Amino acid sequence: MNSNTPLSASKPHLVVVGNGMVGHHFVEQMIAQSGHESFQITVFGEEPHLAYDRVHLSEYFTGKGAADLAMTDGTLYDDNGVRYFTNSLVTEIDRKAKVLLLQDGQSLSYDKLVLATGSYPFVPPIPGHKRDNTFVYRTLEDLDAIRDCAKKVTRGTVVGGGLLGLEAANALKNLGLETSVVEFAPRLMPVQLDEKGGSVLKGMIEGLGVKVYTDTATQEIVDGEASFHRMNFADGTHLETDLILFSAGIRPQDALAKQSGLEMGERGGITINNHCQTSDADIYSIGECALWNNMIYGLVAPGYTMAKAAAGHLLGDTSVAFTGADMSTKLKLLGCDVGSVGDAHAKTQGCKVFVYQDEISQSYRKMVVSEDGKKLLGAVLVGDNSYYDTLLQYYLNAIDLPEQAQSLILPAMDGAPAALGVDALPATASICSCHNVSKQDISDAVCNGALSVGDVKGVTKAGTGCGGCAALLKKVVDNELLALGVEVSTDICEHFAYTRQDLFNIIKIEQIKSFDDLLKKHGKGHGCEICKPAVGSILASVWNEYVLKKEHIVLQDTNDRFLGNMQKDGTYSIVPRIPGGEITPAKLIVLGEVAKEYNLYTKITGGQRIDLFGATLPQLPEIWGKLVAAGFETGQAYGKSLRTVKSCVGSTWCRYGVDDSMTMAVDLENRYKGLRSPHKIKFAVSGCTRECAEAQSKDIGVIATEGGWNLYVCGNGGMKPRHGDLFATDLDRETLITYIDRVLMFYTKTADRLQRTSVWMDGLEGGLEYLKDVVINDKIGMCDELDKAMDYVVDTFQCEWKTTLEDPEALKTFRQFVNYDGVDENVVFVEERDQIRPATESEKQELIAKVG
Amino acid sequence: MTTQWKLVCKKSDLIEGAGVAAMVNNQQVAIFYLPEATSDTKVFAISNWDPFGKANVLSRGLVAHLQGQWTVASPLYKQHFVLSTGECLEEDVKIPHWDMKLEGDNVFILES
Repeated sequence: MNSNTPLSASKPHLVVVGNGMVGHHFVEQMIAQSGHESFQITVFGEEPHLAYDRVHLSEYFTGKGAADLAMTDGTLYDDNGVRYFTNSLVTEIDRKAKVLLLQDGQSLSYDKLVLATGSYPFVPPIPGHKRDNTFVYRTLEDLDAIRDCAKKVTRGTVVGGGLLGLEAANALKNLGLETSVVEFAPRLMPVQLDEKGGSVLKGMIEGLGVKVYTDTATQEIVDGEASFHRMNFADGTHLETDLILFSAGIRPQDALAKQSGLEMGERGGITINNHCQTSDADIYSIGECALWNNMIYGLVAPGYTMAKAAAGHLLGDTSVAFTGADMSTKLKLLGCDVGSVGDAHAKTQGCKVFVYQDEISQSYRKMVVSEDGKKLLGAVLVGDNSYYDTLLQYYLNAIDLPEQAQSLILPAMDGAPAALGVDALPATASICSCHNVSKQDISDAVCNGALSVGDVKGVTKAGTGCGGCAALLKKVVDNELLALGVEVSTDICEHFAYTRQDLFNIIKIEQIKSFDDLLKKHGKGHGCEICKPAVGSILASVWNEYVLKKEHIVLQDTNDRFLGNMQKDGTYSIVPRIPGGEITPAKLIVLGEVAKEYNLYTKITGGQRIDLFGATLPQLPEIWGKLVAAGFETGQAYGKSLRTVKSCVGSTWCRYGVDDSMTMAVDLENRYKGLRSPHKIKFAVSGCTRECAEAQSKDIGVIATEGGWNLYVCGNGGMKPRHGDLFATDLDRETLITYIDRVLMFYTKTADRLQRTSVWMDGLEGGLEYLKDVVINDKIGMCDELDKAMDYVVDTFQCEWKTTLEDPEALKTFRQFVNYDGVDENVVFVEERDQIRPATESEKQELIAKVG
Repeated sequence: MTTQWKLVCKKSDLIEGAGVAAMVNNQQVAIFYLPEATSDTKVFAISNWDPFGKANVLSRGLVAHLQGQWTVASPLYKQHFVLSTGECLEEDVKIPHWDMKLEGDNVFILES
């Protein structure tokens, strides 16, 4: 046991047994309601880790580490005086004495107890189920063991074709195994899907190369001939496999409760009331170990609601209660959309059914409606979940169905599915079921000043659980803003009644090549500091002409106009391109000599480049003349464009390097260096998973793996740091570059002005998955266009400084004054640490006084 | 007080749609040439000094036409200054401005 917080004797002692997602949520709820001030709270977890996100467990295989999945690093507990113990199994409850016994022999008294012990995977007692190379799929340790085994073998089989089983099958497939699924029931996902839906799903999954055996009972597992195991089936056939993963459902982890004599369900589960109290009023139970109304809830959202109810009751608030939960669900399993709402099996007396099936694009949809056809009772979706949100709202809120209700599952002929307007939703409609946020809660948050989706998320937590409600949440927020009279104008400025994305498409489709032409055809007035640089940037992204060309020069913000970064005193800083941060001593000396000659302040930037500060306007062309002559190119540090590709030395020098990150970084920087984009873009390439180049904090991050390159997208540092999302793994060089081409061009085409990639992706309906669909699966048929657009930009790169030095008209604009050869006397430097810096106002006054 | 027109530079020294800096009587002036302006004169001059950024940079700002007024946005902190009056749109500040005229190839400023 290890914890820093001493036990306070004055407060009643609340002990939480179990630190899974629900147990953790309970602690969060207590702290949020200041419950840690009225109770001394102690938490016991059986696993070595504090609570982690089991819903996204599979992401552990696709690059997320334990830290990424963690729900807390312990800070929340430490800061609020909550004691916690991992690796600690509670073995006995003495209810009479109100004492807990631990496996290590210690004991501890409690006043109130919460059992959040969760569930364990059910392993069918087939002879041979305890052989080596058999696993379950529940904890990080399980996944470590599966991964280790998968490295050595070729075939894997999942026993169980339910929700978790298919998720596990996807993981085995991604680990490179020939994968099979064996299901005892006649169809996949027997709980959520009907027979037809199950068979459509089976077809889709088999199309992905996973073998599916339904209606198949395994009789025994014995030594295989070609593989490690042989599974002998009841019908006399068999299957050879090296690895077996049992995922045949869950059972409540209720041994502790049973031992202590609490009231249990017939088939297990700790019986609770609406306040989540067990038969002992001082003991609560929440999550998958709890049995409410003879039902176990194996989803996280009901568990969270129980946690809230229990916390409320402990703190004297009986208004929150657990009164059952909706088990509707939508998922993407092995890339296939599956959704199930309410009474999916049409068991309600007298109900009627609509069915739609499309064998060509492989989709199946069913609606179960009441006898009078007015209410939706349930639905099944396979192949396309875009119908889910609308159906769920009709179901949850018992909204009267429209005439021709079948239109809700028919493909919309004009391309857009007939969605239920958010206006039609009642105030009580649940928008985020994970955090139980209603439309009214969102409305309240907006009225209280949360004027964006981000703000509303912060206040209500809506959309921060599974994230499935993101699109609906945005619609509700927009609708509330509209109702408040907050105009959600997407016009870029008063001169163009268009978004940046519209302008991009207009410029491209109508082949418009100048601001004046665009303004004449689609705008009004004379432009401003918003639309001019935005259009200048789009023109550069699409046609890639010299930015200081006569018709473009007035569009450029000062940095782009003078190809340098303006500093506070009106001087500029200069950042030559040093691809990958790799520079020869000879070139380094050139930089040193130039800096010395012009007395420039010199600093290494965060992106591994050299920045020379303090150049005046007329000095810029002089300095660049020398740099270009020495072989330097412009670094475009002034532009909304690719800034730098940061890198480690990788396998060329490093003992740990897995691949040549240096060459990759240099090549990537040279490929994308000319691209003008909605905002600045930063890359990094790391040569191994030690990640010294910090690629996961960049817009584009590339990390070498044993199998190729992992690609991360849409991270950033800065004001709101965000880790990049893992986009694809083990790519070869060519595929990597193709994906980066497409992500960047799609971003350049569709983002708002000055929108970083992270915010852009968060705003895409469908987020990361949608971006993958666009880039990897060509879902919207745009890949060819994106590829061509990027090739064009790459092929037409020019060093803007080289062009400028050859253009006398452009050079003329670098004069300090048009009628006088002197300098700007307000530019004054003082020395600090042997270099110049701009003088402060008071230093300037002093210097003037001395001169005077 | 006497006023007189003084030659500053040639028209070819100006940039259409943007600003340049000139030195007039030891004072920095930002001169903008806007052929699209509907006023009699197409040349405007305000002080080059940005009172917020405290630097001589206004000639290097972007010209913005906002609700019928020609302005320049400071390249440092983006406040707008009306080119014909020197008024700042965001704050209660007014900077010097001068009348200008274009005669043939010559650009004149009205000294005061």
